[in-house]
Amino acid sequence: MIAGVSIYEILTLTSILFFIGVYGFITRTNLISMLISVELILNSSVVNFVVINKYLFPEVLQGVFFSVFIIAVAAAETALAIAIIINLYRLISSVEVKDTEVMKY
Amino acid sequence: MNINYIILVPLIPLAVFLLLGIFSHKIKPAVSGLIGVGGLLSSTILSFYAAYQYFFIYGKVDGVFQTFVEKTTWMNFTDTLHIDMGILIDPISVMMLVVVSTISLMVHIYSNGYMKGDEGFTKFFAYLSLFSFSMFGLVLATNLFQIYIFWELVGVSSYLLIGYYYTKSSAIAASKKAFIVTRFADLGFLIGILIIGYYTGTYDFIDLNNPEGNAILSWAATSFMGMSVITWALILIFVGGAGKSAMFPLHIWLPDAMEGPTPVSALIHAATMVVAGCYLVARLFPMYYFVDDGFALHIVAYVGAFSSLFAAVIAITQTDIKRVLAFSTMSQIGYMMFALGVSGYGGHEGVGYMASMFHLFTHAMFKALLFLCAGSVIHAVHSNELKDMGGLRKYMPITNITFLIAALAIAGVPPFAGFWSKDEILVAAFHHDKLIYYVGLLVAGLTAFYMFRLYFGIFWSKDTKYDHTPHESPMSMSIPLMILAFLSITVGFIPFSEFVTADRMGFEAHLNYPLAAVAVGVGAVGIILSWIFYKKENDLAQKFANFFGVFYKWTSNKFYFDEIYLFVTKKIIFNLIAAPIAKFDKKIVDGTMEGIGNKTVLLSQKIKGLQSGRVQDYALFFVGGIVVITMVFIYMWK
Repeated sequence: MIAGVSIYEILTLTSILFFIGVYGFITRTNLISMLISVELILNSSVVNFVVINKYLFPEVLQGVFFSVFIIAVAAAETALAIAIIINLYRLISSVEVKDTEVMKY
Repeated sequence: MNINYIILVPLIPLAVFLLLGIFSHKIKPAVSGLIGVGGLLSSTILSFYAAYQYFFIYGKVDGVFQTFVEKTTWMNFTDTLHIDMGILIDPISVMMLVVVSTISLMVHIYSNGYMKGDEGFTKFFAYLSLFSFSMFGLVLATNLFQIYIFWELVGVSSYLLIGYYYTKSSAIAASKKAFIVTRFADLGFLIGILIIGYYTGTYDFIDLNNPEGNAILSWAATSFMGMSVITWALILIFVGGAGKSAMFPLHIWLPDAMEGPTPVSALIHAATMVVAGCYLVARLFPMYYFVDDGFALHIVAYVGAFSSLFAAVIAITQTDIKRVLAFSTMSQIGYMMFALGVSGYGGHEGVGYMASMFHLFTHAMFKALLFLCAGSVIHAVHSNELKDMGGLRKYMPITNITFLIAALAIAGVPPFAGFWSKDEILVAAFHHDKLIYYVGLLVAGLTAFYMFRLYFGIFWSKDTKYDHTPHESPMSMSIPLMILAFLSITVGFIPFSEFVTADRMGFEAHLNYPLAAVAVGVGAVGIILSWIFYKKENDLAQKFANFFGVFYKWTSNKFYFDEIYLFVTKKIIFNLIAAPIAKFDKKIVDGTMEGIGNKTVLLSQKIKGLQSGRVQDYALFFVGGIVVITMVFIYMWK
């Protein structure tokens, strides 16, 4: 609990963070930037977990633990994504999204 | 009587067929000829042994010829209704065994000479063996279904042999025609069998033919369109028999079937397969006779009599010697049919039945002989046309004499075989139906006329100049001719009425001198007329033909029956029935299915742009979807 800051303010912050992530994911043309945007989305939800745990159910710790899980999963996911991107770069020498549009009808 | 060994009679030709068929490329022609003849010879010996045992030793018990059956159940429907496979030995089946094996053996020997040097020599013998197997199976069948199976098998072998020269388009057309026409008739046969099975509950010949049995006594139980269903069934079965036996109006395939090799015509289309229809009626004779007071039998009689006259008239005008013989066969089978039709059942009343079987027996001998002689002539002259022949008696003495014997036999001149059987038939007709008797008498005269027209045309008449001198056929061909000529003279003296009768008891047949004298007189008139017309080349015949004018033209075109059938099938059935149905199938049935497919393709063409391949588009759709769902949820909670 942070003195003087209510849960609404923090949730507003995380919502803003989340939509920045979504916006970045949709508009960025670079695969790395998109990956960073995904991390933003994940981080916003991690903060949400912790905040709701602390403000609403201070006697338990599930929300905090869940945030640890999410960070671990995000790390694994990032490692996979980076691996894919590197392979893609070796194949087509580019990490631009528009160069990966071959998987269509 | 132990009849187990008789099963070998059909099985040996089957084994020969398999052997020659499977190894047809490895066996030398000479060897395959020997195998074929050897196989048939053993079948023939077994048949004669069986006939001797049956007729002279074991067959007759208390003055009645017994029926021996050896069978095993093949398919079971109910307690009484089951399809068996087995052999049935009674007077007519033994008699047919003798006929089929004798003719088949002669044809096998003859084919060794006739088909010499042919590419498919081994294949030809394989087919002949297949046919012999099927025909033996047909005559030995124990029930209607078994006879039907072998009935179709002989149809197939006939198809294969007619189309033997498969590079000739006319042979292919003829084989198809024969198969389709007989198959069409067999549809009637099959329906008849099914009706019999449904209403009598049995297929077994012994149960069906028992005059005190359920099948015959209960004929009036169910009726359909004013007639007993059993009568309908018998008429339908006769339709099948008429198709196989080339009775009017299902006769159109027989003349065309002459496209096959001549030994085949002798075996299948003269002596054995085409009489299967008569055999079928004779096989079910008690049913035909007792059910509905013989209504179906009257139909048999009139169809037979009409076919007999019809074919005899056409035979006079044909110029292809094999076609003359083909129409002659049809005419003689008509004789057998109406003899069955006018027959009674017991004692001397059953003379028609006996005469029919007797005529079947003698006709097989002399008609096979006629065909084999014709084959010998064709072999020498390389033509089927009467105009290419003439004066051959100097070159082919054996063929000349044997052909003369056969022609005398078929013309009903005593003491040759045909006289005895034809006389019995005319006696039977005289006592039962005067109209049929006069038709029969007229046909006897016509038969003598056209047969001697053929004889004089081939062996006398003009002295045709041949490109290379015709010569007598080799021994393998002339020996069967001589054997058959001997048989054509002698088989008439067999006291047939003591062996083969409808009630199995046998009776003493007497020659009816006045009727016999009339028949011989009519035959003699026919022979003398053709002597005048055709012995020396002259224009009398042409004048006569001109005198008859249109009628002559109709006759020589076989009364345009082929054209009528073609018109009915092509113009009416194809154009008016088949074509609209095909159109319906194409437009509506196929159209619906294809329409569904086409619409699906169109739709997917429209929406495939959504699959852009850009991952961000997908994410946008995803987010948009979530937003929409969220809004919906919020709205609903309010």
